[in-house]
Amino acid sequence: MAITTEAVAGRYVGTSVPRKEDAGLLTGRASFIANLSLPGTVHLAVVRSPYAHARITGVNVDAARAAEGVVAVFSGAELAEDWKSSLPCAWPVTEDIKMPPHYPLATDKTRYVGDGVAVVIAESRALAADAAELVEVDYEPLDASVDVLAALEDGAPLVHDDLGTNECYVWHLESDGFDDSGDVVVTRRYYQPPLIPNAIEPRGVLAQVGPTGEVTIWSATQIPHILRFAMSLVLGIPESKIRAIAPDVGGGFGSKLDVYAEEALAVALAARLGRPVKWTEERTENYVATIHGRDFYTDLTYAATKDGTITAIKADVKCAMGAYLQLVTPGIPLLGAWIYSGPYAIPNYSVTFTGVFTNTTPTDAYRGAGRPEATYVLERTMDALADELGMDRVELRRKNFVSEFPHTMASGLSLDSGDYHASLDKLLELLDLDALKAEQQKRRDEQAVKQLGVGFSTYNEMCGLAPSRILGAVRYAVGGWDSATVRFQPLGSVQLITGTSPHGQSHETTWAQIAADALGVDVDDVEVLHGDTAVSQLGMDTYGSRSLTVGGIALVHAADKVVAKARQIVAHQLEVSADDLEFEAGTFTVKGSPDKTMTIKEAAFAAHTAHNLPDGMEPGLEETATYDPPNFSWPAGAHAAVVEVDTETGDTRLVRYVAVDDVGTVVNPQIVDGQVHGGITQGIATALYEEGVYDEDGNLVTSSMTSYGIPSAADLPSYELARTESRSPTNPLGVKGVGETGTIAAAPAVINAVVDALSHLGVKDVQMPATPERVWRAIEEARS
Amino acid sequence: MRRVSLTVNGSAHELELEPRELLVDVLRERLGLTGTNVGCDTSSCGSCTVLLDGESVKSCTVLGVQAEGGAVTTIEGLAENGRLHPVQQAFHEHHALQCGYCTPGMVMAAVSLIEHGQAGSEDAIREGLEGNLCRCTGYHNIVRAVEAAAVAGRS
Repeated sequence: MAITTEAVAGRYVGTSVPRKEDAGLLTGRASFIANLSLPGTVHLAVVRSPYAHARITGVNVDAARAAEGVVAVFSGAELAEDWKSSLPCAWPVTEDIKMPPHYPLATDKTRYVGDGVAVVIAESRALAADAAELVEVDYEPLDASVDVLAALEDGAPLVHDDLGTNECYVWHLESDGFDDSGDVVVTRRYYQPPLIPNAIEPRGVLAQVGPTGEVTIWSATQIPHILRFAMSLVLGIPESKIRAIAPDVGGGFGSKLDVYAEEALAVALAARLGRPVKWTEERTENYVATIHGRDFYTDLTYAATKDGTITAIKADVKCAMGAYLQLVTPGIPLLGAWIYSGPYAIPNYSVTFTGVFTNTTPTDAYRGAGRPEATYVLERTMDALADELGMDRVELRRKNFVSEFPHTMASGLSLDSGDYHASLDKLLELLDLDALKAEQQKRRDEQAVKQLGVGFSTYNEMCGLAPSRILGAVRYAVGGWDSATVRFQPLGSVQLITGTSPHGQSHETTWAQIAADALGVDVDDVEVLHGDTAVSQLGMDTYGSRSLTVGGIALVHAADKVVAKARQIVAHQLEVSADDLEFEAGTFTVKGSPDKTMTIKEAAFAAHTAHNLPDGMEPGLEETATYDPPNFSWPAGAHAAVVEVDTETGDTRLVRYVAVDDVGTVVNPQIVDGQVHGGITQGIATALYEEGVYDEDGNLVTSSMTSYGIPSAADLPSYELARTESRSPTNPLGVKGVGETGTIAAAPAVINAVVDALSHLGVKDVQMPATPERVWRAIEEARS
Repeated sequence: MRRVSLTVNGSAHELELEPRELLVDVLRERLGLTGTNVGCDTSSCGSCTVLLDGESVKSCTVLGVQAEGGAVTTIEGLAENGRLHPVQQAFHEHHALQCGYCTPGMVMAAVSLIEHGQAGSEDAIREGLEGNLCRCTGYHNIVRAVEAAAVAGRS
């Protein structure tokens, strides 16, 4: 399809239209799962394993069945017949990957703390929780494999006995003739601990099964379309009988990009009991029962010439899968696999991922998914290489930047556009590095207690998932396209149906802006419908910063088709050639006859009455387009963090954060800024505060919001944002993804700043998160 | 069961409550006021913040029976005559909400902060909102919104 540019020059795109989503959310009238109920609803509680690894030797549900308000109790074994297939894993990354079955409840042994063993259904949530306490499960505790590296050792406890190993897969990508020799070779090991996504709305599901077996499932999910076919597979119900609805969803960050046991349980139990079944996750339950992110060990090697030209990058990564493979668990490392060279032109490229089963909560996508893992080790090692070379770390980055586009990377993918120097220049301008360096030197000279550090992170990332052919080539089970329908109502308002499924990303506003410009109508004329498979039949949902760059482009194409049809109607009615019509701001005008006009709304009414349409034209003004992107989306940028570290206590304060991002065309600057703010914050949290900690038995020590350090407003500064703009040449809007950039860039910038603050004391690294204790120990070790 | 009288958003209610019922459950389940969200079970996230006799409280840490004789304001009671409260309006204008789940609690906490004159500086606002977690916005625009609403309130 031809590339159009009209939309970009419109009235709304590029402006901060206030959000259409806000009214209900601000006044307490949102439809979050917890707020929904149906007549006769019963409540589900899941009995979960307190052991990371244990054989189940008996489940006694008698006392629970007899408890007040209890409707039913089932052990895993009693429901085993309900599952027609395992919970799906859609990304078997290698031919010989080990994919153990994963049913909604464990029957033989439990493999992580939180693994479901039995369910209780009662008349209220409280009664279900009370009765769940009465289910007696006999466990025979087993040794657990918790640490990723230990799980690979001979004799490690096996998470899945019949596999004979905890190694799930080995995936390898290497450039032809790979050579990692160089004047300077730097290898560093980094551990990126588990992160717990913590969407503020916990998960929840409500399922209803009608008299002829039709299923409606409301779920706090990012992926209603994928959920529908997953439920079909797991429960053996035809997709045509399943309606999946994502109502208002309170954040996801990847954690709701999954198909979970409780969703299948709710449907199966609603079918068995003939009553709607509702489950609302408790927060402490969320810590063990909802996926985690990261948990990677990486050995990263750079080879470079003496003058600082990087000649090779090699990454050897051991990646925790957790106990089971969730929807895209094995593929998470691959989402970073092509960008271990970052924004740098590096000719030799080698990446190896080893997926490892552990007795921990399954891992899967958490904001950035694979790319923060890559960018962190790259940008940390970049500083280490600068040290080794005795070069300025900014100049080393600049020297190695890709500077001509398109650029085919050694990893094989192509960077579409960018100007990495421009982002870095702007960053340095905003930062006033000379003044910071002077202040740093002053504090060093004075041996001040509070030392200052500046850290950089220059990054690019691949998002906008994804070209379907590439997904197929890397063994992802489904496509990466999306769809949109643009429908004029008879009186001129517009319904826009998208296959994306927002949960905070503001698609209702952004999509309306794009459509209003393309159709020449008012932004308030456009209603955006999403998140219900009965309304939006086709879609691949929202994750991987894909919505605008895939779904948004489908929308542009659908709008173009609507305008094209309207043009035919107008030409027919005005008795002119379609080529003689100009379309601007919602009005068709006959070239050379400015008084001969017809609006697109008038065309819509004409299409509806169908009194006078061209021969053979179908009535109505509605078009659908699907769009498969030709390339990934390649946002990039340069970030800097300034920290103050108390060298006596190890306490670290982030005092400034400056980010210059290039996300192509910006549809709504205020919304894009919001995405960057949130993304940066999760990266900062990774660097300074958050860590999922397991003890050696596999108990999650940080199992609630009191022990897991989500930062509050008091922990953070305001941010300084700026943008450069390199439009993507692969889509008509020129847009790139933005949802994950901040998280990808921020963690290394902050840790680089912490190390910079302490480098004169001999500190070379601080393990994330840089808690006061870790920082203090790093200082003490360097001193001794 | 205990008999409890309380006023919520200006309406008087007489309720028979179990002693273990949390105020948030009373609001959500007994009174159908589902605007107040629950985000945790450890009184950490602040999503359930409401005003009780003018003070911001996490309604998951107050028992329904403790609200006896009290006056509660929830997010549903903030807008008047279809007009958003200045804090709600500021949140809208400054894009201080994304998914919106923490928003009712955040708005109520901000209202309390401003009414108590504790929103006079960025630092004060950040400290004052410490008990309310947001995962989407990084707080940046929340702080801007509260600053704006505080200034509007003073003028």
